[in-house]
Amino acid sequence: MMSLKRLLSRSLLLVVAVAAATAASAAGVIKVGVLHSLSGTMAISEEPLKDTILMMIAEQNKKGGVLGRKLVPVVVDPASNWPLFAEKAQELLEKDKVAVVFGCWTSVSRKSVLPVFEKDDGLLFYPVQWEGEESSRNIIYTGATPNQQAIPAVQYLMNGMHVKRWALIGTDYVYPRTTNKILEAYLEAHGVKPADIMIRYTPFGFSDWQSIVAEIKTFGSQGEKTAVVSTINGDANVPFYKELANQHISAEDIPVMAFSVGEQELSGLDTRPLVGHLAAWNYFMSVRTPANRAMIRAWHAYIGNDKRVFNDPMEASVIGFRLWVKAVQKAHSTNADKVIAALPGLEVPNLTGGTAQVLADHMITKPVLIGEIRPNGQFDVVWRTQGEVPGEAWSPYLAADKGVISDWVHAKCGHYDTVTRVCSGQ
Amino acid sequence: MGVPEMAPQAAADSRLAVPAGGGRVAGLFDRPTQVVLPLLAAALVLVPLLNLAVPASSVLHVSSYTVGLLGKYATYALLALAVDLVWGYCGILTLGHAAFFALGGYAIGMYLMREIGGRGVYGNSSLPDFMVFLNWKALPWYWHGFEHFWLAAAMVMLAPAALALVFGWLAFRSRVTGVYLSIMTQALTYALMLVFFRNETGFGGNNGFTDFKDILGFDLQASTTRVALFAAAVIALALGYLACRLVVTSRTGRVIQAVRDAESRARFIGYRVESYKLWVFVFSAVLAGIAGALYVPQIGIINPSEFSPVNSIEIVIWVAVGGRGTLYGALAGALLVNYAKTYLTEALPEVWLYALGALFVLTTLFLPRGVAGLLSRGHRAVTGADPAGSPR
Amino acid sequence: MRTLRHRDPGVLGPVSGRGRWGAALLWVALLGVAAAAAAVAGVPATSAGTPASEAAGGQRALLLAGLKSADYAVKAAIITQMAGQDDPGTRAFLAQLLQENVYSRESDGRIFIARQIGQGYALLDAATGMAAGTVSEDDLNSDFDPIGINDQLRSLLQSVLARFDLSSPDASTRLAAVTTLLQAFNDSTGNAATAGVTALLRARLGVERDRAVRRALQTGLALAALGSGSAGQRLAAIERLGSSLNPDVYNRLVALTAPATEPDPRVRAAAGRAVREIDGWREFYGGVQTLIFGLGLGAVLVLAAIGLAITFGVMGVINMAHGELIMLGAYTAYVMQLLLPNHIGASVVLAVPAAFLVSGSCGVLIERSIVRFLHGRPLETLLATFGVSLVLQQLARDVFSPDNRPVSAPTWMTGSLQINDALSITYNRLVVLLLTLVVFAALLLIMKRTRLGLQVRAVSQNRAMARAMGVRSHWVDALAFGLGSGIAGIAGVALSQLTNVGPELGQSYIVDSFMVVVFGGVASLWGTLIGGMLIGVVNMILEPYAGAVLGKVLVLVGVILFIQRRPRGLFPQRGRAAEG
Repeated sequence: MMSLKRLLSRSLLLVVAVAAATAASAAGVIKVGVLHSLSGTMAISEEPLKDTILMMIAEQNKKGGVLGRKLVPVVVDPASNWPLFAEKAQELLEKDKVAVVFGCWTSVSRKSVLPVFEKDDGLLFYPVQWEGEESSRNIIYTGATPNQQAIPAVQYLMNGMHVKRWALIGTDYVYPRTTNKILEAYLEAHGVKPADIMIRYTPFGFSDWQSIVAEIKTFGSQGEKTAVVSTINGDANVPFYKELANQHISAEDIPVMAFSVGEQELSGLDTRPLVGHLAAWNYFMSVRTPANRAMIRAWHAYIGNDKRVFNDPMEASVIGFRLWVKAVQKAHSTNADKVIAALPGLEVPNLTGGTAQVLADHMITKPVLIGEIRPNGQFDVVWRTQGEVPGEAWSPYLAADKGVISDWVHAKCGHYDTVTRVCSGQ
Repeated sequence: MGVPEMAPQAAADSRLAVPAGGGRVAGLFDRPTQVVLPLLAAALVLVPLLNLAVPASSVLHVSSYTVGLLGKYATYALLALAVDLVWGYCGILTLGHAAFFALGGYAIGMYLMREIGGRGVYGNSSLPDFMVFLNWKALPWYWHGFEHFWLAAAMVMLAPAALALVFGWLAFRSRVTGVYLSIMTQALTYALMLVFFRNETGFGGNNGFTDFKDILGFDLQASTTRVALFAAAVIALALGYLACRLVVTSRTGRVIQAVRDAESRARFIGYRVESYKLWVFVFSAVLAGIAGALYVPQIGIINPSEFSPVNSIEIVIWVAVGGRGTLYGALAGALLVNYAKTYLTEALPEVWLYALGALFVLTTLFLPRGVAGLLSRGHRAVTGADPAGSPR
Repeated sequence: MRTLRHRDPGVLGPVSGRGRWGAALLWVALLGVAAAAAAVAGVPATSAGTPASEAAGGQRALLLAGLKSADYAVKAAIITQMAGQDDPGTRAFLAQLLQENVYSRESDGRIFIARQIGQGYALLDAATGMAAGTVSEDDLNSDFDPIGINDQLRSLLQSVLARFDLSSPDASTRLAAVTTLLQAFNDSTGNAATAGVTALLRARLGVERDRAVRRALQTGLALAALGSGSAGQRLAAIERLGSSLNPDVYNRLVALTAPATEPDPRVRAAAGRAVREIDGWREFYGGVQTLIFGLGLGAVLVLAAIGLAITFGVMGVINMAHGELIMLGAYTAYVMQLLLPNHIGASVVLAVPAAFLVSGSCGVLIERSIVRFLHGRPLETLLATFGVSLVLQQLARDVFSPDNRPVSAPTWMTGSLQINDALSITYNRLVVLLLTLVVFAALLLIMKRTRLGLQVRAVSQNRAMARAMGVRSHWVDALAFGLGSGIAGIAGVALSQLTNVGPELGQSYIVDSFMVVVFGGVASLWGTLIGGMLIGVVNMILEPYAGAVLGKVLVLVGVILFIQRRPRGLFPQRGRAAEG
């Protein structure tokens, strides 16, 4: 049964990791920490990221490791439990003494490990789309900030599809709240009246969409092109789309632009009712570039299953790993301080034909792609930005962030107010 | 609905009887207490010593990580005590005690958030970070005053107490008992969880409170502070244990156990059953709140998932495994199960849920008196002693 | 009315001619026959094969070649041009383009329509309409480029197809076409497009026989008249439109109340009156809609809770594994679909008894192996069953996957029943509501008319007395537990259609089930039904005002407070033994 195999492989992994850890100092290896949930509610999303990092480590070892030393993964399972994330981060940094950690998915988990990384002076690569409003010296954020996903998506709807009325529907947590605040400010700055914006929040795991969809239908049948901007959390999108289809709202009537629906969420789903709805990401598995094809081939070979998908957070993990390797090689050391100093300015290729560069605020540059859902669960890219968009930690559309920048190279500050010339949050 | 609930096995507990000689204080310090308190004292002295005085390279060194872990276990043990008091001794199966734990945690969390002051990311000394980026204009009324530690400390005890008082008064007055009451407590904690998850409620929503800087001026990340928090947790545990012993060996304790064993009879004899239940419920809620307040600074985060019904049921299993109706059993159960959890989620995460599930089933089927029951059976087997006055 | 196209052929296979493949095939066959006939008779026919049509076909090939372009604006222009041509093959081709079955061959750029047969695809040359062999899926992916469309193109294609569909032989297709065309009137300014649509509608009204389509056409023409120059005509149009609930009509009428768009005060007043009347009707139907939503939600709650009510009533134990038994039922529905991938409808119907058996036997197993030994200790039973629920959850994760599993809906459960423009009921909720009522009726029958029911009622009222009368209470326990668990399984099948099927499915419904049982009164079927429906309706009423979370919290608090007043629920059990 699947569980026995996984059980054995996990035990084996642990034995290997422990053995490696104990022999570490003598053998001259570099330990790489992986802090992703392997059980609990987040396991569905986070386990592929763990596998991606392990695959990258194996590949790098085939090339001789880094600085002539082999890489050894140390995998821990925080089990979708936020306090446990902090505990496991401490374990990785203090007990296992890893050189770098790739991990976290939810903002809560990242916020709970942040003090640990800052105190123990570790380095974390965070690969998931997030709401911004943070910039830490010890974290490199390879996931999209709102200006690398939400704003370009809204621009596409406004200019490309002439949308006049907006329904911002999200799950009630920080990412949708912040994103919608930014979007609301952006829309109003571009002449949209407050009466033309409808904002609703639902709890996690909400599945009874009848009345909200009816509300959207009424809101959208006032004669002007309406779109839904969905920051609904992954799973809950499925009953939402089904209800839309059942109430005869097609993508041509009221398109839904989602930020948390990717190939992973669509895999194994009946996507026919969803055809035509949109998603905004920095990567799609259907992008036809040699780099992407090669990566997908390698992924299928590694995981032993041709049906597995590759998605945006996995690409972000790959970029983060490549950046770390390059920084270590540049700094000739795995010491976190030296690597952090070496990172800003480094550039590595991404999988969609461009590059990703680390900026002074510890975000990276990413292209923005808008895709339409196809019946086979893949996305058809209908629009993309010309080059890459630089990530912004502090949104210029939020009153609290006016004039605030993050600069770890010169100002050495994550929240620097250029007006009052004060650095806060240290 | 069937036969009135009897708990014969708990009635056979020899701790029930006031000992023949020795008086009040001697009754307080029975055999298990004579083991537990010295153990706690030893931990209180040894662990800080081995962490601060012994160098890191030595084999005897206890890492800061372990200090934090042990401190966490201590707060869980206090929480288990609270539940044991209300369930093992009073017969109220509460499936929502994590709510009181979390409320205490949130109270101290509010203080810690205010302590951050201007050192938050936005440099706003009057508003915590999460309020700033959610565009709140001013601090809500229920946040005022939490920059003072004494207010936060008072709220740690008052907030759970108030909730327990209101809920308990409504429930016990209407004679809601047994399974109904358990379901109600579960609904209560579930509702609170939903409320605290909302961002409008002003408690950080899904993120909760994070990024604490210091407590009472001491940096939370420093190893001395961690040791101090550990010590505080152990002292609180010891005091809580003593307090519970006091309650349990007093007349109130006897009445409470009578209520557990035969509620109607106790009522007909003349005791105001509702008042006793309410008192115990509130006291236990306060204990849980204190446990929560000691938990949060050590963990560094408080989050609405602490309210989830699953957490509450897990507390019950700690008490069941350890042996309800015996205070030391609650301590033992909390330590055992949590250690197993830490070990298994690291080594064999797949197995953990099966193990936990099996623990529930096997304990209720074969170990109704938990590990404490095993120990006392072993003790009887070895010494041949028969527990005094054990009606079957 | 536009129904959702679904590839499921249904239990009996493709229904006559309605499937798009049927239509395309028919067209191709007709084409071939007409071509042959024309070639033989030399008579100009409305199909490819005559010199005129060949020329049109050649023209089409040129246009088609342009479709390879990646630019959506270019594609839109081509589609508009094709629509303007008098070419009968156009409609079928554009329908295929809408379905995204059109490909261009990489080697020579020719355009083909690909139709799936078995493992491969049959190719049709789009320019000539001739069959062009078959190709495997891999070859299709590597040698052919799909002609992609985006949402704007989809809208354009739909309005173009609607024009063709105005003369379709099927009445509902014509009605759907008129509805699509009416959307052109949403733009309050009169322009060439609406003038064209008006002419089409008028022409069609002359020959239309079907009543529903005639009404729609008249509404459309009245809408057009709203933009007329004469105030009198506008007034007359408003009279005619009266209390139409059509949203396009409503929007135009609202626009007419503004002085900026409507100079004549009489027309404005008339429009204002009409708008107020429509508002009143909309509010009424809105209320009915909320009620129906509430009943839909309540039906789910009732199904989930009714099994619990039985086990609680008979044995006084709360089965914490109840949620997982619901989950087992949902997974049974999933497995059924894996076994019968081509008969989704049948799989759902068969899943109901299958889930009953699976969850029921699981329930009996739990009862025999665990609950039986904890007799008289309901709190321990609660804990033990919680342990079982953890094990079942992890089992589901290991056997299936921690991911959600997809469960498709059969055709008769997709879409909605449109009662009028302001009121519609989604089929899936309607089916679940009916299922709930059927299950309830069956349970009532079992309880009141069968021997088992008699024994169950006896044991739940007074166990000792029932045993003294010779009832084997242990068997009754086991069977009651099994019955309750089986109903949970059926609830799982219903839920699989409404929400995600994953290992945590049960956890989301367990607290709600408890609430319904406790509110309605233990062991009372009617209590569960009424309690569940009440909770569902109240929840739905609160939702638009308080938001989803607060609404749920208020309902929970309301139930908790209610229990203080009536600790035994809405329909308490009677009898002295019940007080124990």
